[in-house]
Amino acid sequence: MAKRRTAFYLMTIPALLLFFAFHTYPALQGIFYSFTNWDGFSSSYDFVGFKNFVNIFQDDNVINSYMFTFKYSIVVTIFINILSLMIALGLNSKIKFKNFFRGVYFLPNILSVLIVGFIFNYLFSNVFTVWGAKLGSEFLSQNILGNANWAWVGIVIVAVWQGIAFNTILYLAGLQTIPQDLYEASSLDGASRWREFWSITFPLLAPSFTINMVLAMKGALMVFDQVVALTGGGPGRSTQSIALLIYTGGFQGGEFAYQSANAVIYFIVIVVISVLQLKFLQKREMDL
Amino acid sequence: MMRKPTNWLLTVLIALGSLLILFPLYMTISIALKNSEEMAASIFALPTGLHFENFTRAIEATNFFNAFKNSAMVTAISVVVILLTNSLVAYAIARNMNMKFFKGLYFYFISAMFIPFQIIMLPVVKVTTDLHMNNVAGLIILYIVYGLAFNVFVYVGYIRSIPYELEEAANVDGASVWGTYWKIIFPLLAPINATIGILSCLSSWNDFMLPLILLGDQNSYTLPLVQYVFQGQFGTDFNLAFASYLLALSPMVVVYLFAQKWIINGITQGAIK
Repeated sequence: MAKRRTAFYLMTIPALLLFFAFHTYPALQGIFYSFTNWDGFSSSYDFVGFKNFVNIFQDDNVINSYMFTFKYSIVVTIFINILSLMIALGLNSKIKFKNFFRGVYFLPNILSVLIVGFIFNYLFSNVFTVWGAKLGSEFLSQNILGNANWAWVGIVIVAVWQGIAFNTILYLAGLQTIPQDLYEASSLDGASRWREFWSITFPLLAPSFTINMVLAMKGALMVFDQVVALTGGGPGRSTQSIALLIYTGGFQGGEFAYQSANAVIYFIVIVVISVLQLKFLQKREMDL
Repeated sequence: MMRKPTNWLLTVLIALGSLLILFPLYMTISIALKNSEEMAASIFALPTGLHFENFTRAIEATNFFNAFKNSAMVTAISVVVILLTNSLVAYAIARNMNMKFFKGLYFYFISAMFIPFQIIMLPVVKVTTDLHMNNVAGLIILYIVYGLAFNVFVYVGYIRSIPYELEEAANVDGASVWGTYWKIIFPLLAPINATIGILSCLSSWNDFMLPLILLGDQNSYTLPLVQYVFQGQFGTDFNLAFASYLLALSPMVVVYLFAQKWIINGITQGAIK
């Protein structure tokens, strides 16, 4: 028995040590440095208490990056969920070439986010502008990514184009768990398609809805690759996401400690949003 | 069971939607095959001649085969080791959830799912540089270790649904814990191994951030990182740039074309569990 127990410890302790060394320890270090003024390369630093945190709340760049990231995340989450639910409903109904279309809609999920971003970068500047000009619209004939007010919409479009792939598959999996006889019963009762969706499909999809909302939101809050490929944070700083700000400030701007403090706040924000979302959506599942 | 007729309206709508998905990919392929004169004539038209020289130029300019080798190595090794080790850790946890240590370990790993990478990003570069791990080997180790958070969660859920009786029989026959895991549990994990394998493969193959902050030597760059580094040098030579993008995307697309059903089912399986 003791031998068995030893084996179980041997199976987990190396993983525990490695995980601590490369995940927990750096995270603790990040928290530690957030109370200093270290720039990332000097040999010495001083403790500054909560000064970094106080400054962050007054830093326009930080506030701006949070505003952009929240606005972007909310819009992306809503659009991804509406569109992927609609596509999943379509793919789950009686259509021709079902497997082929399922394959097409999932395709973006296997592509590199960065390279997709580069491809769309070209489409925005050289293709969509041509269409805009043909339509005779002055607004649409300009590159949206070059417009400080609208560049974020361009990033939303790319994130939604790619993000619906995964969520569609999750919704499709959820739809397939709904027993068919429920629909047969409702059609005998003469329920309309619309009624059927709101009284049967949507309530029974509640678990898929929860997981899709949380995953889409979490992914969007961490947006980095798309921004790098599409705008680099610009024009100006209009599309600088939190992740990008921590990266550029921390590695290139000599703000290691300051951006560590920003990362600590970002961590708290993500945990609070995820927990609130889960609480709210699971409560909704119970109520249904 | 009633047989419903084909819904043609929905088929058409789904087909139109799929054109939106395929259009950027059509543009990628067509621009990669054109030269600048054809581009000037029309960006949308099919290429008139097939300019494969774009690909040879891109292969030379970006040292494609070297980056491909790096990406393939990182992905293959990390996926194999993840499947072998993460499932082992999860097995030990799943069978000892009544013990404080293992239960604590379970929550320790899965709570890491909530920690955004940005809080680790700055210090981990320091840690890995100090340990001379800012290279391909370090990248592989980090993928394996970071995989634990999500994978332990998925594996433990799956292993707990496997009846304990199978192992008890093996125990009575005097099999060791390792033997039981390898001969009885691991083969039973095949469906969930497929899910974890596909997800890990996609995430390490397409990852950009970790290679960006970790890899110092240009010879160790992975495919996405190479596209980023060469973006400035491509300039307005879009044919070269798109040939390079297409080369970088194509290995995974080829895998997908052959294993599409298996990949989607694998992910669906994981979603239902």
